[in-house]
Amino acid sequence: MSEVLLNIENVTKTFGGFTALSKVSAAVKKGERFGLIGPNGSGKTTLINCISGMLQNNGGSIIFDGKDLKGLQPHQRTKRGIARTFQIPRPFHSMTVIQNLQIPLEFVSSSGTSQKNISEEAMSILEVMSMEDKAHHETSGLTQIELRKLELARAIAVKPKLLVSDEAMAGLTGNEVDEVLEILVKLNEDGMTIIMIEHIMRAVMQFSHRIICLDAGQKIADGLPEVIVKDPAVERAYLGV
Amino acid sequence: MSLMRQYKFEIGCLVALVLAFTMTQMGLNRFVFFAGFAVLQYAMIATAWNILGGYAGYINFGTAGFLGIGSYTAIALINYSDASIVEQIIAGGVVAGLLGLGIGYFTLRLKGVYFAIATLALAIVVETIVNNWDFVGGAAGVSILPARNPELLGVLVVHKKLGVFSNYKEFLFFLMAALTIMSVWIARTIEKGKLGRGLNAIKDNEEAAECMGVPTLKLKLITTTISGGLMGMAGAVFPSYLTFVDPPTAFNLEFAVNSLAMPMIGGTFTWLGPILGAVLLGTVQQVAIVTISSELNLLILGLLLVIFVIAAPHGFLGWFMKKNKR
Repeated sequence: MSEVLLNIENVTKTFGGFTALSKVSAAVKKGERFGLIGPNGSGKTTLINCISGMLQNNGGSIIFDGKDLKGLQPHQRTKRGIARTFQIPRPFHSMTVIQNLQIPLEFVSSSGTSQKNISEEAMSILEVMSMEDKAHHETSGLTQIELRKLELARAIAVKPKLLVSDEAMAGLTGNEVDEVLEILVKLNEDGMTIIMIEHIMRAVMQFSHRIICLDAGQKIADGLPEVIVKDPAVERAYLGV
Repeated sequence: MSLMRQYKFEIGCLVALVLAFTMTQMGLNRFVFFAGFAVLQYAMIATAWNILGGYAGYINFGTAGFLGIGSYTAIALINYSDASIVEQIIAGGVVAGLLGLGIGYFTLRLKGVYFAIATLALAIVVETIVNNWDFVGGAAGVSILPARNPELLGVLVVHKKLGVFSNYKEFLFFLMAALTIMSVWIARTIEKGKLGRGLNAIKDNEEAAECMGVPTLKLKLITTTISGGLMGMAGAVFPSYLTFVDPPTAFNLEFAVNSLAMPMIGGTFTWLGPILGAVLLGTVQQVAIVTISSELNLLILGLLLVIFVIAAPHGFLGWFMKKNKR
């Protein structure tokens, strides 16, 4: 439990003259449920883009599982065990639901095994998501919650050590939020470390063991959920008072 | 029986090849082979284009550049030594494939229309170089005299009485048929395999594909190399077929337009689409050249493209499958 899985050290990311992240540090422990909050534009997505490799950080280092990720392409990081979801679901729209899952299975976790094995794996992941009845549907006919679950399912198909969930619950109803939370908790109990980015406070407070808060590219708080929620700096960032 | 079903496609390829060979032995009018060659060449180019454009969604406007570099590699080889046509084809394929790899490396970070513009620029750059390269004829063009009574592996290939083929047009027609079948086989193998599924993911959403572990750059480079190489091979046969080549012919923009119109009219999502488009469009054009006018065929192409984009955006096959589903 105490072993560090992801170590973010002084990560800085600039876009021209604009500093999106300024010396952000955080350590995520193995098996931890880690919350990342902050107002719009505070750098949450930039930080996970740096972790997943879609952006390369200008300064600082990101150590995952004991190895520096510097210079690695996103697909190489995926193979090392980092999976992410996107804020706005990005399904492979010309494929069916099950084919969507077959991509990560074929290229990462079940690479080299038979097609039959891959479809069985994909089906078992859909069962976890209780979406098995949608397996052969086109993605264009899916509802918002189904798209969110597909996004999660595809990330899980990588069999990651670390799952970064970028607003997996945005736009969902109360019951649907609970449904997704339940899935995430179960995955965590099975040993997956999870970073959750969320605007729905109820969800992130209930889920996280520990939370950090970003504001204007800087870390302003780091601690237990019940401490964070009372932190004056966090209140100021969100409410502007 | 199940074995036959399993190898249905391979058997079909073999039958097509035998059919092409039989045609050459029937003593048909030479125009059949002249026009047939053009249609087959388009089928090959369209198939090559579709590997990148249809499966990966990267629109290549530089077909003429790859084709031209294949043609001129063959010409350079003929001028330099008396290389056989098979050697010309291999060399054309290798050079165009390397060009594809290079272009892929430099431009694949560009997406959408930017990639298309870069490939269009490539065709113009290569044409300008050839225009100023006297060894291959420069702007004035170059005449190619096909080797008399050529032999391949000790077999007399073309001879009026004793050869396998009685004239050059028949030989080239058969050669083109073999190359086209090979291209279709390659395209289908890609489509049904891991590479094809990866390319499909890239087409749908490249960033998501990359994050799902698809090595996007590597797959795209493999694809530009194969696609470019096949175009170059199709181009390498061109000098022997035309016997006179100049840059405006070898780098004709018509190739670029046709190579993208044919898969789009046929259907870009499967190997059958480009063939269907090439046979349909190629035949209409060849007939139009003879019966109406050689300029009008571009107008027909434009009209057909407009009609298909509006009425059947997924091509003939897409329209057909949708209709069957209902």
